[in-house]
Amino acid sequence: MDVRKTYKLFVNGEFVRSESGRAYRPDGSVNVPRGSRKDLRDAVRAARTAFPAWAARTAMNRGQILYRAAEMLDSRGAQFIGLLGGGAKARREVDQAVETLVWYAGWTDKLPQIAGTVNPVAGPYFNFTLPEPTGVVGIVAPGEPALAGMVRRLAAALCGGNVVVALAPESRPLPALTLAEVFATSDFPAGVVNVLSGQRRELLPWLAAHMDVNAIDVAGCTLDEVKAAEAAAADNVKRVIKVTADEASPYLITAFMEMKTVWHPIGM
Amino acid sequence: MCPSQPNCAERRRIIPVVATALSLTHLGSLMRGVRSVDEVGADERAASLAKRSIKKASKLWALDLAVRCMDLTTLEGSDTPGKVTALCAKGIRPKPGDATIPSVAAICVYPARVADAVAHLSGSNVRVASVATAFPSGQSFPSIKIAETEEAVRAGAHEIDMVIDRGAFLSGDYQRVYDEVVAVKEACGTAHLKVILETGELGTYDAVRRASILAMAAGADFIKTSTGKVQPAATLPVSLVMMEAIRDFVRETGRPVGFKAAGGIRTSKQAIAYLVVLYETLGSGWMTPDLFRLGASTLLNDVLMQIDKERTGVYQSGDYFTID
Repeated sequence: MDVRKTYKLFVNGEFVRSESGRAYRPDGSVNVPRGSRKDLRDAVRAARTAFPAWAARTAMNRGQILYRAAEMLDSRGAQFIGLLGGGAKARREVDQAVETLVWYAGWTDKLPQIAGTVNPVAGPYFNFTLPEPTGVVGIVAPGEPALAGMVRRLAAALCGGNVVVALAPESRPLPALTLAEVFATSDFPAGVVNVLSGQRRELLPWLAAHMDVNAIDVAGCTLDEVKAAEAAAADNVKRVIKVTADEASPYLITAFMEMKTVWHPIGM
Repeated sequence: MCPSQPNCAERRRIIPVVATALSLTHLGSLMRGVRSVDEVGADERAASLAKRSIKKASKLWALDLAVRCMDLTTLEGSDTPGKVTALCAKGIRPKPGDATIPSVAAICVYPARVADAVAHLSGSNVRVASVATAFPSGQSFPSIKIAETEEAVRAGAHEIDMVIDRGAFLSGDYQRVYDEVVAVKEACGTAHLKVILETGELGTYDAVRRASILAMAAGADFIKTSTGKVQPAATLPVSLVMMEAIRDFVRETGRPVGFKAAGGIRTSKQAIAYLVVLYETLGSGWMTPDLFRLGASTLLNDVLMQIDKERTGVYQSGDYFTID
């Protein structure tokens, strides 16, 4: 029997339809929820609630969970290859996505050594700098590559202890929405990863202006969208992350981090 | 009446003065006359009213009213004079730097903190409410409950939130509950008396309605849903039942009695739902702090954030509002 799948948004650890009840057909065949600004609001609220506990997890534990996501993605490789159109290129993209997750899983407990420093200061102080997660990160995923692009942006943000509200690419949302099923079965606490699909012009302005979002990754935005997002982000001095590089790098993790410097008196 | 109880003599000493207000037979017939509540109907009506959509200007108006009707509450064992001071400051001016946001109706504290609140609210129109009568359980000696009320009033409380003795109510000793409310009302003097029914412990809507009528007959100025210490606290259907009891009581006696919802109200959406039920049940005449209150400890910031959202069109963050 052919059971057709209902694609849903992933908000607060649950798969939900849009509160608006709307759907759209990105490729003319499958209905995908057309998320509204209220879905976005719910997702941000869920993310904000989940943030303290996720940031407080040990780096090792976050690494384990990211690694588990790699396992889950790998075990569903065939499904993703199908979603991406099949063939060698799709297979390469799925492999790449799995490798990205494994790679960032390894970085969770190594990042502080690379990004953190002990600073020489002219005084009786032990002075050190540590990376800390920024908070709620909005991610506008690029449409190409539909899976690997999403995974790169998500993994980099999650690796450092941030929580994420991601907008799936408007024209190709299925890999991103299915990726949510991978995250749902990877021990991520509810609300740490949220994935919304819908029209970008309906969601992006609200995401960019939302006072409770601390950073926005505009990897998938057009130049005009970036400009509008930057203007809207100014109200709460949101970090706007513009990376075009599609390779993985620990510096892409630090883009989502804030550096905290501590002055600790010594010899007193 | 109860020879085995050592406090019985004490109780007699205090209660008989007022116990004659309504004799046992009259009370019995009053209670028997309380009609029962259609539970499914009440749930259904509350649920349908909660769905009503209040937007834009109406929403701003409702949120403004919610602030004006709010009893900003702190009832923790860890309450300090400092915390009460901070709460008072927030009550007078909920959003520093924005005079368009009105003050709340009252600050609600434990009796021991009344003096702190009075000291910081003098000169403002924010009133001081004190819980009393062995809050939240009500399981203490009548003499102590009355003494506590008198002390709280003497310390400057304008409003007293008493709890009924649910143990007595549930065992059918309505007379005892009635006498206690009457005695506490007398101890209040000019202070307003709110009677907390603690609906979460009453079990049925019938009991809630009966307790509402009982409290109002005994002289309550307000009836209030819950202490906030028991789950479930205030719910919309229970509030509907209590408001309908008020409506019927007013029809009988002509004395308007206020309603206070308290416990578990944390979001603007919930607050607006209560206002809708209030409007539909008791009418616009009740939409004033004199006859309606929302007791809450963590609602105010959400209301402020919603007001800002309506004004700016941007979703707000708790980071930019004072901690409550």
